[in-house]
Amino acid sequence: MAKSLTQEFVKGLWDEVPPFRLVLGLCPVLAVTKSVENGIGMGLATTFVLVGSNVLVSALRKIIPSKVRIACYIVIIATFVTVVELLMQAYVYGLFLKLGIFIPLIVVNCIVLGRAEAFASKNGPVRSLLDGLGIGLGFTLSLATLGAVRELLGTGALTIWKDWGLAFDIFGPAYKPFSFMVEAPGAFMALGLLLCFMNLAAKK
Amino acid sequence: MGDLIVLAISCILINNILLAQYLGNCPFLGTSKKMETAIGMAMAVVFVLVMAGVITWITNKFFLEKFDLVYLRTVAFILVIASLVQFVEMFLKKSIPALYAGLGIFLPLITTNCAVMGVCLINVNEEYNFMQALVASFGYAVGFGLALILFAGVREKILLARVPRPLQDTSIALVTAGILSLTFTAFKGMV
Repeated sequence: MAKSLTQEFVKGLWDEVPPFRLVLGLCPVLAVTKSVENGIGMGLATTFVLVGSNVLVSALRKIIPSKVRIACYIVIIATFVTVVELLMQAYVYGLFLKLGIFIPLIVVNCIVLGRAEAFASKNGPVRSLLDGLGIGLGFTLSLATLGAVRELLGTGALTIWKDWGLAFDIFGPAYKPFSFMVEAPGAFMALGLLLCFMNLAAKK
Repeated sequence: MGDLIVLAISCILINNILLAQYLGNCPFLGTSKKMETAIGMAMAVVFVLVMAGVITWITNKFFLEKFDLVYLRTVAFILVIASLVQFVEMFLKKSIPALYAGLGIFLPLITTNCAVMGVCLINVNEEYNFMQALVASFGYAVGFGLALILFAGVREKILLARVPRPLQDTSIALVTAGILSLTFTAFKGMV
């Protein structure tokens, strides 16, 4: 019946990777993927919240009365979101400003609540930890991929992590930026087309 | 007064919450398959968003800022919104059953609709005064409803078209949303 611990971790990376397989938590996906850096930052912040809330929900799953469980989960998630918010303000302030209201909005990201309800409330802390880590990293990778597509086409460059000097001008100065891609309409279309390619790849 | 009208127009069209600010996309894709559900969701959002916008503004001004608890904003707002939704649900069930029958299933979904939380945070971040917050909440809510209903209309037409298999469902919906969003960028020069 039970999957092995590795399977719990790996499933988040392909089989159930949000937002492509589970179409959840779309808002941050569309909003913050103007560059790879933003995508990675948002992904890691979400991963932190996901792991923290999964572990705590799972540890308390026998104490929380089932009638008020959603409210309890939301308070737990909100607590971790506040922690991330304060940590980011302290250590990566530039990124915090760029991500803006999307950091506090992790609280209403359906992925986090979805995993708490669907997985952590039924499984032990170790499994929940791995599940959170897997889904979180899958989410980070998706954001980074979408960010890469949009940034490359939209500006001709890739910014992976500016503070470490990981910013590359791929297409050179002759490239005329296709700035549609970094605007809102481009976000919807890029995600729709990526989803289409995922479906094509999965069919084979 | 003129300022408020400009604010309302900019919230409804130019900074449309769904198509320009990317908030509330889960219900946008989830409830837009049928016109009926789209209208139900749109009404529920207008109803809750205006109330939530006003109440979180008051919470922020008279509790959080007064007692220097601004770092608790995220926790406080989500609790206020969750209990507001619960309260509205109970109230409607008891006193306006007809409206409850229409909005019923959409109300619980609104707690995790990031448009609601997002607008409350925007109101606070932009340091709007009470009237501005009220108008902005209403404007964003109407914008949400407008985009959702337009999109539902388009999606009903897509059902009749032959879509290549890999593009079906969410994929084509997102591409359509992109085109809709493109038309909304035309409003940018208005104000």
